[in-house]
Amino acid sequence: MFLFICWRKASKVIERILAISKKEILQLMRDKRMLFVLFVFPVILLAIFGYAINFDVHHVKLYVFDQAKSVESRNIVRMLGSSSYFDIEGYLSKDSEIKGVLDTKKAQCVISFPVDLDKKLNSGQNATVQILIDGVDGNTASLIANYMNSATRAYNNKIIKEFFSKNGIPIYTPISLETIFWFNPELKSTLFLIPGLIAMILVITAVISISLSIVREKERGTIEQIYVSPTKSLELLLGKSIPYSVIGLLISASIIIVSHFMFGLTIKGNILLLLFTTLLFLFAASNLGIFVSSIADSQQVAFQMATLMSLLPSVILSGFIFPIESMPAFIQIITNVTPAKFYVVILRDILLKGVGLESFWPQTIYLLIFALVFLLLATIKNKKAEAQL
Amino acid sequence: MLSIEVNSLSKKFGKFLAVDNVSFNVNKGEVFGFLGANGAGKSTTIRMLCGILEPTSGDAKVGGFSVMNEPDKVKQKIGYMSQKFSLYNDLTVEENINFYGGVYGLFGEKLNERKKWVLKISDLKGKENLITASLPGGIKQRLALGTAVIHNPAIVFLDEPTSGVDPIARRQFWELINDISDRGTTVLVTTHYLEEAEFCNNIILINAGKLIAHGTPATLKKDYLKNKIIEIECDDPVSAMNILSKEPFVDDTSIFGNNIHLSVNEIYNSKTQISDSIKTNNKINIKRIDPIVPTLEDVFIHLLEKGK
Repeated sequence: MFLFICWRKASKVIERILAISKKEILQLMRDKRMLFVLFVFPVILLAIFGYAINFDVHHVKLYVFDQAKSVESRNIVRMLGSSSYFDIEGYLSKDSEIKGVLDTKKAQCVISFPVDLDKKLNSGQNATVQILIDGVDGNTASLIANYMNSATRAYNNKIIKEFFSKNGIPIYTPISLETIFWFNPELKSTLFLIPGLIAMILVITAVISISLSIVREKERGTIEQIYVSPTKSLELLLGKSIPYSVIGLLISASIIIVSHFMFGLTIKGNILLLLFTTLLFLFAASNLGIFVSSIADSQQVAFQMATLMSLLPSVILSGFIFPIESMPAFIQIITNVTPAKFYVVILRDILLKGVGLESFWPQTIYLLIFALVFLLLATIKNKKAEAQL
Repeated sequence: MLSIEVNSLSKKFGKFLAVDNVSFNVNKGEVFGFLGANGAGKSTTIRMLCGILEPTSGDAKVGGFSVMNEPDKVKQKIGYMSQKFSLYNDLTVEENINFYGGVYGLFGEKLNERKKWVLKISDLKGKENLITASLPGGIKQRLALGTAVIHNPAIVFLDEPTSGVDPIARRQFWELINDISDRGTTVLVTTHYLEEAEFCNNIILINAGKLIAHGTPATLKKDYLKNKIIEIECDDPVSAMNILSKEPFVDDTSIFGNNIHLSVNEIYNSKTQISDSIKTNNKINIKRIDPIVPTLEDVFIHLLEKGK
């Protein structure tokens, strides 16, 4: 009998939560703007991050000023041109043309061979080859310099080997450095960005849409109608969080699937762990959204607060684009306010490294604490607000 | 049988006493009018009776449960409709009904039966798929009432349900209120349309948080208004009113359309006192002076003036 009463009570609770979730979805279906933000925005972001923002440098536009016109210079140019890093755009015949091609951005880099290149190399002297790099974009410039350095080193080794073997001395390289980039073997920055992108989109769906949908009910007075019914505020909040969490999960799953086909992303770790930590992050973000809704009285204020408290920190402070290690100590402390920072670490661990809870349990605990703190703050704030109705 | 018993209910917001020691009883199945100016404390009282606002002191029993100790049980007994007509404008008629049905735990056959009833009383049969935003005010108001009582509550609170609705829709709405009360549901309704108060079985008047009158419309007119009411029709009623308000036999003056209503005390004995007084300004031409049966409006203006 007791069990039966419990079951009846529980089924009424579920009934009410379902009614709220269903209503929320119906409202969302009619809200074209919100649908756009939730479903089109991620696609645009994925395209931007996947193709437009690319931290890898390929196809550097190279001009050659070859005064030597010799075997060696042609060899060097052929070697550079055969890699995907450099495209030989053209040859210059006069010193004065160098400035022109750099100024007009026709060239990102110019390589200049001296007249006496072959003579010096054949007589065992040191020859100087000059490279001129467009330094406006510092990152790209230093990458080009690095490529040039390693290309030159390779060519030097080749010359030395030839020299010694010509003279009948066997040659070997004492130490050879083999650099392998783990977790992201081809050093694709897109793969590195996808976890951050997922975090950002979950923040948009959870914090922004949940806070807006609650504040909208406050604005229209419908929340009062729900509060006079037997529906508890926890049921209301659950009813509102569930549909947006499901949408968030669906969107992140589609990002992963699309990234698999477009950028070759594979989930290296445990999918269940991925689901569990994502749900935890959604729980934390939903609570932040509920907290925002308990402070804001209008949708406009809620939107601005939600953006300021969640979206901006998740982009700027989460380590998603800008590495946290290179921030000043003071800002590094501030980065802890965003749950996305911790979720991005977890995602990279699961998606790219394939490691388990043993390497990201501190982040997981932090997310849990973050979620509970904001749930508590929202509850306190709600109690106060109710007392002032 | 009592549906609502209110005992010395008070609510303080900081230092502001919004509801001050209010007590009254409401019988089962009656239409109970709750009157007062804006900000008098009507909505605060209703919120406390609905169990969504905790009283500072005092208590009330609604449907047999204490709002102080058992607000959750109170919520299962009541329906509530606010002046905002709390419907979702972006949902259809049927989706609104389904939602409120679900919130009150109705489903299946029970929900269908009540849905039919709501559609009937709001004249929306066959229009279930209309978006609520497109409905006219009067229909929306009836739909809001229908959804507020979808679970067939014992008691329903209507907080200024007729504000902003045209007179014909208001009349139809009152017919609906009477229907609901005939089925045994207790209706507590706030309004500031005094002609609506005449439809109520019992009325209370609240001013600045205090209860200042209580009774049926008939007894209120008899008990609270010892004075006679005289109606005067004349040119320039404002000047005439200024002259008359200084007379010792006049307690209150008020303007009703082009006429003046005078509340006169025992010093008054005949119409000539009035005409003599007005004639001190010879520009005013008197058309008519008649004693009339007081309306509730006269009673309340008198009570509120006295309260100042």
